[in-house]
Amino acid sequence: MLQDIIVTTLVNGSVYAMLALGFSLVFGVARIVNIAHTAFYMLAAYAFYTLFAKAGVPGVAAGVLAVALVTAAALACYRAVIQPVRQHESAVLIATIALALIVQESLLYAFGGHYLGVPSTLEGAFRVAGASVPWQRVLIFLVGAAALVGMWALLYRTRLGLAIRSAASDLEIASLLGMNVHRVTAAAAVLAAALAALAGVIVAPVFVVDPFMWLAPLVIMLAIVVVGGLGSLGGSVLAAFLIALVEALTVFAVPAGAFLKGAVALSIMIVVLWLRPEGLFGVAYEEER
Amino acid sequence: MHVLRWLVKLFAHDVLALPSRALVALWVGALLALPAVYPDPYVLRVVTLTALFAIFAASWDLLAGYSGQVNFGQALFFGGAAYCSAILSVRLGIPAPLAVVAATAFAALLGLASGYVCLRMRGAYLSLATLAFPLIALGVLLAVPGVSGGELGLAGVPRLASHPVGNYYLAVLSMLAVVFGLWKLGNSRIGLVLHAIRDDELAARASGIHTPRYKLGVFALAAAAAGLAGALLAHYMRVAAPFLLETVLSFQAVIWGIFGGIATIYGPVTAVFVLYPLTEWIGGFQGFGERRTLVFALVVLVVLLVMPRGLVPWLRDRIETLCPRCKERNPAWRSSCRICEATLAPADRPRAQQVSPSDS
Repeated sequence: MLQDIIVTTLVNGSVYAMLALGFSLVFGVARIVNIAHTAFYMLAAYAFYTLFAKAGVPGVAAGVLAVALVTAAALACYRAVIQPVRQHESAVLIATIALALIVQESLLYAFGGHYLGVPSTLEGAFRVAGASVPWQRVLIFLVGAAALVGMWALLYRTRLGLAIRSAASDLEIASLLGMNVHRVTAAAAVLAAALAALAGVIVAPVFVVDPFMWLAPLVIMLAIVVVGGLGSLGGSVLAAFLIALVEALTVFAVPAGAFLKGAVALSIMIVVLWLRPEGLFGVAYEEER
Repeated sequence: MHVLRWLVKLFAHDVLALPSRALVALWVGALLALPAVYPDPYVLRVVTLTALFAIFAASWDLLAGYSGQVNFGQALFFGGAAYCSAILSVRLGIPAPLAVVAATAFAALLGLASGYVCLRMRGAYLSLATLAFPLIALGVLLAVPGVSGGELGLAGVPRLASHPVGNYYLAVLSMLAVVFGLWKLGNSRIGLVLHAIRDDELAARASGIHTPRYKLGVFALAAAAAGLAGALLAHYMRVAAPFLLETVLSFQAVIWGIFGGIATIYGPVTAVFVLYPLTEWIGGFQGFGERRTLVFALVVLVVLLVMPRGLVPWLRDRIETLCPRCKERNPAWRSSCRICEATLAPADRPRAQQVSPSDS
């Protein structure tokens, strides 16, 4: 049971971390609460299903293609829907909710509401300390870790990363210093969508693929981002593994835990927020007036 | 006789003076006359549900629009009260009207509790924390299927009135009472305090306003209103099911509120009365039934891109102008103010964002 808990934590944690990091990035730079974030995760899972299981494209190529397509779609949505209403905070909120609903309904119409099975890309399993771990799950963890390290390198070792971080710390000053903040914001949106799409592709063979698969990770992702502190990237990653651990503990150690795992994770979020209203690693920034 | 003459005078001089007031009077009259004029059971059913959801949307607007506590978990109050009323009347055999009252009080308690947890949170933190409340409640309810009925919900909730017309008037009259009450409250001194808390909580506190008390109060009141709607819905649909606590329902309140125009009360109500029958009507077409959520989302998105402040403020700016001197509203076709007779120049419209040629 201990091994199960550890494996589940690492696998779910890396998926949550990829989702939460992207969301946190966009929120930090543009103050956009993007409800449609996990809709792109779902879209990528469907794109991978179509390319890999239907069209017969080989695994890696299908994955790369799916991520590229979804990222392009996300950029188009950002330009067409979010940018025109960016000044109105509430309008952004409802626009992204509407966008997510449109994605959900389009997929429901195109693929139907039943679960889709995506065949494994990696067969077999290995045994460690008496537990059998499928390679597919190892792949999720490895891709997730690689994506997180790549993201860290991009943000802290490149000029684009510097621009994104400075825009996140103060958008107006960054604009005054001559940065094209529109382009920086769009770059952050693209990076976030790419991370979400990658997460969607790698979980497709393991999780169920259906038109409502965006809701459960959305709520958990929001909880993670809030626990870590909105806009704090390191906090998001740490909180992702924390929440994944709590979920795994609830499922494996508590009776009727499958019903309660969301409730327990969300209660932790509320307790953290109650004690520290700006999250574990958030900065209580000066209120914007 | 005196009262009648006073009423006629009020109607002619105050209600008919502004097109928006005349429209509201027309709407109230149409709602009250509907069962006598067109007693089609399907239409009555749709309008009954619309009225209940209008209470729900208006309660969200009081909390999010006026006091700025943008609640993403309004379904907690709606579904919590629905389950409370259903459990009280089905499992404990308490009479239905009493159960509704108890459920409304229970919702107010839920509102106080969530308000207390959220007292220190702000902005996006508050929205995302409140999103979790109904899901926690749902998880707990599903874990005790013996009480809640599990995934299928609790069926066999008794009706409040046996005849559809009775249920219709119950819903519509509660809706009118709650909505006009909330609207009056929003325009009163309390509404002003809530506006102040939303715009700058620190400044409000510095001006001597006990902000926690007001925030808790508005949470309890909005929760009680939403809970009344939820309990009435459970008794009308005869079931309390998990969909009453789902995220989609909370988002629905947010969509209605922002689509109609926040901090107005009448905006979200208008939005429900436009969008809910519209989606029902579209859903009735062959082949469109499965796509009504898609149509709903597309309509919301397109309208929002054209009028980011919401439908009703946009419309109101088209049919009414604000007098530059005395700040009273005037019909758009007048050239002088109806109160102070100042000249109303089209260019002086302070709140109209884009003045298109069709305005004048």
